[in-house]
Amino acid sequence: MKSLLWWQKGMIGFVFGVLMFLYLPIVMLVLFSFNDSSVTSFPLAGFTWRWYQAVLANEQMLRALGNSLIVASAATAITLSLGTLAALALDRYDFPGKGLFQNAILLPLSLPGLVTGIAMLNFYKQIGIPQSLTAVVIGHATALLGVVVSQVMARLAKLDARQAEASADLGAGPFETFRRVTLPAIRPAILGAGLLSFTLSFDEIPVTYFLTGREITLPIYIYSTLRRGITPEINAIGALIVAASIGLIILSVGLLRDRK
Amino acid sequence: MTPARATPLAFSGLFGLPLLWVLLLLVVPYLLMIAVGFWTRQFPLFVPDFQFGNYVQLFSDPQYTTVILRTLKIAVMVTAFALALGYPLAYFLVFTVDSDKLRNLLYMLVIVPLWVSYLLRAYTWKIILGNDGALNSALIALGVIDTPLDAFLYNQTAMVITLTYIFVPFMVMPIYAVLENIPKRLIEASEDLGVGPMRTFWKVIAPLSLGGVVAGATMTFCLAFGDFVAPVLVGGPDGTMVANLLQSQFGAALNWPLGSALATLVLIMVMAILWLSARLDRAGRVAMK
Repeated sequence: MKSLLWWQKGMIGFVFGVLMFLYLPIVMLVLFSFNDSSVTSFPLAGFTWRWYQAVLANEQMLRALGNSLIVASAATAITLSLGTLAALALDRYDFPGKGLFQNAILLPLSLPGLVTGIAMLNFYKQIGIPQSLTAVVIGHATALLGVVVSQVMARLAKLDARQAEASADLGAGPFETFRRVTLPAIRPAILGAGLLSFTLSFDEIPVTYFLTGREITLPIYIYSTLRRGITPEINAIGALIVAASIGLIILSVGLLRDRK
Repeated sequence: MTPARATPLAFSGLFGLPLLWVLLLLVVPYLLMIAVGFWTRQFPLFVPDFQFGNYVQLFSDPQYTTVILRTLKIAVMVTAFALALGYPLAYFLVFTVDSDKLRNLLYMLVIVPLWVSYLLRAYTWKIILGNDGALNSALIALGVIDTPLDAFLYNQTAMVITLTYIFVPFMVMPIYAVLENIPKRLIEASEDLGVGPMRTFWKVIAPLSLGGVVAGATMTFCLAFGDFVAPVLVGGPDGTMVANLLQSQFGAALNWPLGSALATLVLIMVMAILWLSARLDRAGRVAMK
């Protein structure tokens, strides 16, 4: 780095401060998950695994975790299939209402989740879809379409159209061209969108809150537990989720780099 | 890709699926919600109607106007703080850090928290700011205070801190993107002409980065305005936000038409802001040329 002016040195301190602000709270969460005390205070009381043992013994929490994994997997599978199709349609065809269609797909990304949740709740009630994990899956798959469509479309825009044409000229049908030419080219975008959709669905609260029934997801479990007060078990499951997220980030960076 | 030539019907038919799905499960629900906002509440739930009573109530009953205004205030504060933290950070990364590697690493460090559960990032402030939480106990251990201060949690300050913390990365991303695209020779030219760094900033960098600021501010404001988690976890009795109102209209208060009207209001406001920010961005680009 070149020699810095006084205010640039000050900026280093500032940036360091902002990064501390971003990371210290997450460190606290992990730190207190190993702290042998039921209150989250300093000085630390000593090391313990007991909050992790409590998580493993908490059947409600584990059930909610299972539900979350099922919901996120199902929603991701649906949103990836529909979203990829939608991106191909938008990329390939001009049709009346195309702009509206595209904006509608992207709308849930910029709207607060609770507006989308309420809209879906109203509609499901009218057509008779009961509040349940199925309703949550449909809701998530729909709300996350924008993630898939924007990523896949960005990738499609960079493709060379001549490849698909060459494939057609060589006698490949549209399905075969898709499978052997287009799909391999957009695979990184689909993978990235899938990871992002899974993470977002796994963590989603507002839409889930309105659509879920008796069976709940992990974030809703944590959310409703926290309204009553803090338990260090939440720190432990929280630390596990942080670890899993970091694993996912490393995985996605690795995956996306290899395909380039 | 160019529009495909003669594709079999079956293949084109496949594309109808997402169209139908979006229409039925996304567009119709939003429209229905807007419609329900005009319905009337009646035992046991509500009946179709067309009247503006719900909106009149939202705009005249102080119980609702106070909360809407407070939510606006908090969202504006969060946006301002996120900008105050995010802009210098993005500026530093783009203009002061020389090594590409270090810059990318620092940028990643700012973005990574977005991948960590949003709920947990809000929750962690509860354990930090709580009465017997990390901050109070640390201050006591250091001998700064004798008894825990209850000034930290369950108030609007706690909410602003928590929301700023959650949304800073959303502010940094678009600003970083526009700053990175400013040609370095523009700045060099300005310096060569003997313009000082402050004036270069105000005359060259600030106007060129306006688009990113608008995009980041829009995103932060909209997300903070509709936030569902912070008011419940760290907000207190004076911290009721629009999200809490909506929860209760669809929960205990059981007034879906009023709730739908309020949600429609949020929808309209957010769309107005998005429209405005798109126009501002376009106007800015035209002015630059």
